This record gives sequence, structure tokens and C-alpha cells, in this order.
Amino acid sequence: MTAAVVPIRAAATDAAGPPLLALEGVTLSFGGVRAINDVSFDVRKGEIRAIIGPNGAGKTSMLNVINGFYHPQQGTITYKGTVRRRMRPYDAASQGIARTFQNVALFKGMTTLDNIMAGRTLKMKRGFLWQCLRYGPALSEEIENRRAVEEIIDFLEIEAIRKTPVGKLPYGLQKRVELARALAMDPELLLLDEPMAGMNLEEKEDMSRYILDVNRLWGTTIALIEHDMGVVMDLSDRVVVLDYGVKIADGAPEEVQKNQDVIDAYLGVPH
Amino acid sequence: MFYREAGQFKTSYRADMAVFPILQDRIGLGVILFVAVVLVPLLGDDFFLNTIMIPFLIMALATIGLNILTGYAGQLSLGAGGFMGAGAYACYKLTTYFPDTNILILVLASGLVSAAIGIVFGLPSLRIKGFYLAVATLAAQFFLEWCFIRIPWLYNSNASGAIEVPGRTGFGVMLTGPSASPEARYFAVLGLVALLTWIASNLVHGRIGRSWMMIRDMDIAAELIGVRPLRAKLSAFAVSSFYLGVAGAMMVFFWLGAAEPSSFSINLSFLILFMTIIGGLGSLVGSFFGAAFIFILPVLIRAAPRTFGIDVAADAVQHLTYMIIGALIIVFLIVEPHGLARLWQVGKQKLRTWPFPY
Ligand SMILES: Nc1ncnc2c1ncn2[C@@H]1O[C@H](COP(=O)(O)OP(=O)(O)OP(=O)(O)O)[C@@H](O)[C@H]1O
Ligand SMILES: [Mg+2]
Repeated sequence: MTAAVVPIRAAATDAAGPPLLALEGVTLSFGGVRAINDVSFDVRKGEIRAIIGPNGAGKTSMLNVINGFYHPQQGTITYKGTVRRRMRPYDAASQGIARTFQNVALFKGMTTLDNIMAGRTLKMKRGFLWQCLRYGPALSEEIENRRAVEEIIDFLEIEAIRKTPVGKLPYGLQKRVELARALAMDPELLLLDEPMAGMNLEEKEDMSRYILDVNRLWGTTIALIEHDMGVVMDLSDRVVVLDYGVKIADGAPEEVQKNQDVIDAYLGVPH
Repeated sequence: MFYREAGQFKTSYRADMAVFPILQDRIGLGVILFVAVVLVPLLGDDFFLNTIMIPFLIMALATIGLNILTGYAGQLSLGAGGFMGAGAYACYKLTTYFPDTNILILVLASGLVSAAIGIVFGLPSLRIKGFYLAVATLAAQFFLEWCFIRIPWLYNSNASGAIEVPGRTGFGVMLTGPSASPEARYFAVLGLVALLTWIASNLVHGRIGRSWMMIRDMDIAAELIGVRPLRAKLSAFAVSSFYLGVAGAMMVFFWLGAAEPSSFSINLSFLILFMTIIGGLGSLVGSFFGAAFIFILPVLIRAAPRTFGIDVAADAVQHLTYMIIGALIIVFLIVEPHGLARLWQVGKQKLRTWPFPY
């Protein structure tokens, strides 16, 4: 399956153009802890970029830097050609950066449908008074967005749980709803933090297929963190490897897999 | 058997997104409105309107107000009584300055005053959460109560320190004061409560309601999706205080006829909070259930000995009522912590599958 997909994706990946996202010398510390130490890498438009590394390597922190949740002490982030030092999560969201979380962060009290509708928040512009009436423009806006949400529900095959409160769903489905919610934002850059953690083989295969399809059908650029090397090899175009907050390798999956530093990091060879 | 959605296929998202997607629910709503508009005023006597229906509807509206803040937006508040007082005193001042303006408009306008105060006292919610926020709202409660006592301007420097509702009209009908008929006051209350419940329902089913629930359930994810916590929280405070303020103004103008600062004490805040929790956090129907449970049940219990011809001393009945209601609240919170609204839903679900539960 992947073999058939790769050529199409490769064509979509614009290797020559400027990167969608570029990080330059990013350093992030929490008090004494250096979570990220002088890391530079880029994400090209249309590619699937994997970020891997042992536990505590700084992968999640890296995503938090990208979507403006953490502000690095040093370094610059260039997104869509604009350099920025500080950015609020709201700005990141409105510029098309969406994400999922390592520990599912759904809105527990809401249904699947409402969770995904929540992802459309920024697409809805009608003001307070129209919302009070839920009539005319406010209602047609709601219907328009519902239509977009239903497309995603179809795509991820979660029709049956539309009206179920997400707290009652099994873990694998919660991860899928979280992906649906991120997709509802129509992202240009999708950040996935261990989308397959804790899943069984079948669920992992499904999730891999969805990720590939999102990338191929909608051209969405994806940066994902994943521990399962098999999945990383299958999905990603390029891989960046972090260890103790430092970048130790960057390149095609096959190269990275052979890299001695990477093997050492994973086997825990002392530095 | 009779409560089924089978055969009712929704052919458009509009139909599926309706607030009451099931036909039986819409019929039920029609029946309730018919009872409220026709049967209650026709069959109910003045006592029934004055001591049960009018206060019940007003309490339900206040409960919706607190539910918006605590149930939907997840911001615990102990200041409900204070905001009701703000609405009541605002209405009193407004009608002093504009005696000829339709009192219904002034009641709504006093909600706006209360909303503005709510925004100011909502500012700490940007930094603090949970119990600490509850303490901050407690400060609002005490500060407002202090104002009602210490600022003579608010009660037009009356010797008694209380506010006395003057006779005021709306649409040419006497609606407040001693000469207003219970029916007129009842219809004024019913109209406002129905209108504001409809608006609340629209809000919680749309973008703004969702942004409140997003902040409640997972504020970090909400922020990364593009909800601005400042806006979401302050709008919840504003809308909630608006509802509480309108309810407070109605309480004084259409029900009690007079009020003093202690009418809006912390006890009232707790009462509204109980109604919200018993009814069900994050449910508008539940707000009505909660208000009925906490407000109507004691009235019925108090009336019970008389109906059965048993002679019990009045204060004994009073104590008994407290004990029964207190015990019921505790039992209830253990059996169904999600409130009456959840019981209602479970009941409907059972009906839907009845008589074959699988
Ligand atoms: N908010 C924070 N405050 C203090 N330290 C933090 C914070 N967030 C992360 N860290 C530290 O930064 C380092 C990197 O954490 P991070 O969560 O980014 O790792 P990770 O690569 O995602 O690991 P895992 O594979 O376990 O998810 C860890 O040492 C962690 O303890
Ligand atoms: Mg992580």
C-alpha cells in the first residue's frame, strides 16, 4: 500500500521551494533543565516529517515551541516566510497550525460531533447577537461548518459515534476523534504527538493509512512524533532525531536508521 | 413505544441540529407552553401564582445564569446572590430616573449593568481557577452586599435602607407594585423567562457555547484551537451576570415587591448553586428541574400536613422541611451526581428502547 502512495507524495513534496517551517538554533530551558539545545531543522511543504528520540528527548517540547505554547530563549522560527520570536497559540492556530496531544486532550464533556465542530471555531465569524438568535447567517454558518465536519467524519469512519460523549469512547477511537478535531481546522501544518501510542496493530495500521491519506488527498504538511520505528520508516519522508535536547541526526529514514549515534542513543550508550 | 425516533429521518443538517430533533420533544414543549400560558393562569389561584409559579420561574432563570458560568464555562462562582442584587438595585435606580419607561425594558437594561459588573469581577478568572476563583467570587458577593448597605444612593436614601417597588407599567398594563395583578406579573415573568431561555439555548448550541465548554473541559487544547481564554471566560461572566441580574430585578419587582440587602446574601448564592448542581451542571432543562426541586418541594412539604388534616406547629414544619430537603440533596448527590437532567436523559433513553431494552 505504501509503495503505491510514495511516488504521488514525492511529487507533491516541493523540495526545491522554501520550507514551510524552519527552526534555527532553538534553545528552550525550564529553569536548569535544557529541554531543547540549539536545534535547527526545517519542514518542507507537503512532506511528512518525523521527529524521533528516546523518552525525555524534547520532542513534545519542540511541538510546543512550534505552536507558540512555549517561547524559546534563543533561536528563530520561520513559518511561511515570516520570522517570529514569540507567538501566541491563538496566532499559530489562525495561521493554520493544528495538533494532537500525547495524552489525549479531548473535551470530555462534549460529544464527538461537538468536539470536531470545536475544531471549526476559527472558521466561524458570526458575532454575539447573531449567535443569540441562531438564525439567518449564524445558522447557515453552523450548517456550512457541519457539512465540512461530516466530510471528516466520513473520511475517518466515525459516523456511528457522532453523538457519543467522547469520555465514553475507547482509547483508540479517542485518538481518532482528536485527529478529526485537528483536521477540522483545515490545517496547513499538522503536528501529531505520538498518534499511535497505546494502539494495537490493527489500529496502528488504520491510523497510518489516515495519516497518509490526509497528506496525499489534502496536501497537508505533517510533523509527527512516533516511537514505533516501523511506522516511522513507512510514513515519513525525512526524520530528525533528538536526544537530550540535541539534534543527533537528520535525513531520510534509511540513513537515520543506519546512523551510529542514533543506534547508540536508542540503546542507551553513555555519552 | 411512544417515545421513538424511528421513522423520523433527518434529511438535512438543519433538522439534525435543531435543539429538539425528536418530534415527541417538540410536542412536549408545545404542551408545556400551553400549560404555562393557558392552564396555569386559568386554573391557578393567586396563591399558586404568587408563591409557586412566579418565584419558580425566576429561580429557574437565575439557575440558568449560574449554569452558564459554572456548568458550561466551568468557572465556580459563589457570587450569584450579589449579581442578582446588582440587577435589582440597578432596576430600582433606573426606574427612579425613568419612571415612564416600560418596566420590562428596564429589567433587561439592569441585566446589562449586572453584566458589566460581572466582567470586572471575572477578570481574576484569567489567572486563578477552581476553589481560588470561588473565593474571589465570594469577595464579589461581600463587596456588592457592602455596597447595598453602605451606599444610600442605591436605595434612594430611604430611612429603612430597603427598596420598595413603585407601581410601574409595561405596554399599558400595571406590572409592578401593590396594584399589579398576579396574572399580569406572571405573564411578564413567563415572557421574559421564555425569551431568555430560548436565547440561552441558542448560545450554548452555537460557537460561543462550545467555546465555553472547551475552556471548561480542556483549556490548553481550547487555546491551541483558537479560543481566546480572555474572551471566552469574560463572555461567560457577562452573560451569566446578565441572567442573574435580570432574575434579581424580576425577583424584587415581580415577586417580593420589596427587598433589603440581606435578600441578596450568601444564602441566596448557595441556594442558586444547589439548584444548579441538583438540576445538572451544563443543562438548561436541568436548571428548571433544580429550581423546582429546591423551591417547589419545600412549599409542597409545608402544605402537606394541612392537606391531610394533620395539625403540626408551623416552626416544626419548617424544621422538618429543612431536614427532608437536606437529606434528599445528599441522597441525590450520591445516587445521581450529574443531576436531575441526567435522570431525565436516562429515562428518555429507556423509553426509546422500551419495551425491549436491548
Ligand atoms: N513544563 C515543563 N516544565 C519543566 N520541565 C519540562 C516541562 N516540559 C518538559 N520538561 C522537561 O523537558 C524535557 C523534555 O520533555 P518532552 O516532554 O519534550 O520529552 P519527549 O521527547 O516528548 O518525551 P516522551 O517521549 O516521554 O514524550 C524533559 O526532561 C522534561 O522533564
Ligand atoms: Mg512527548
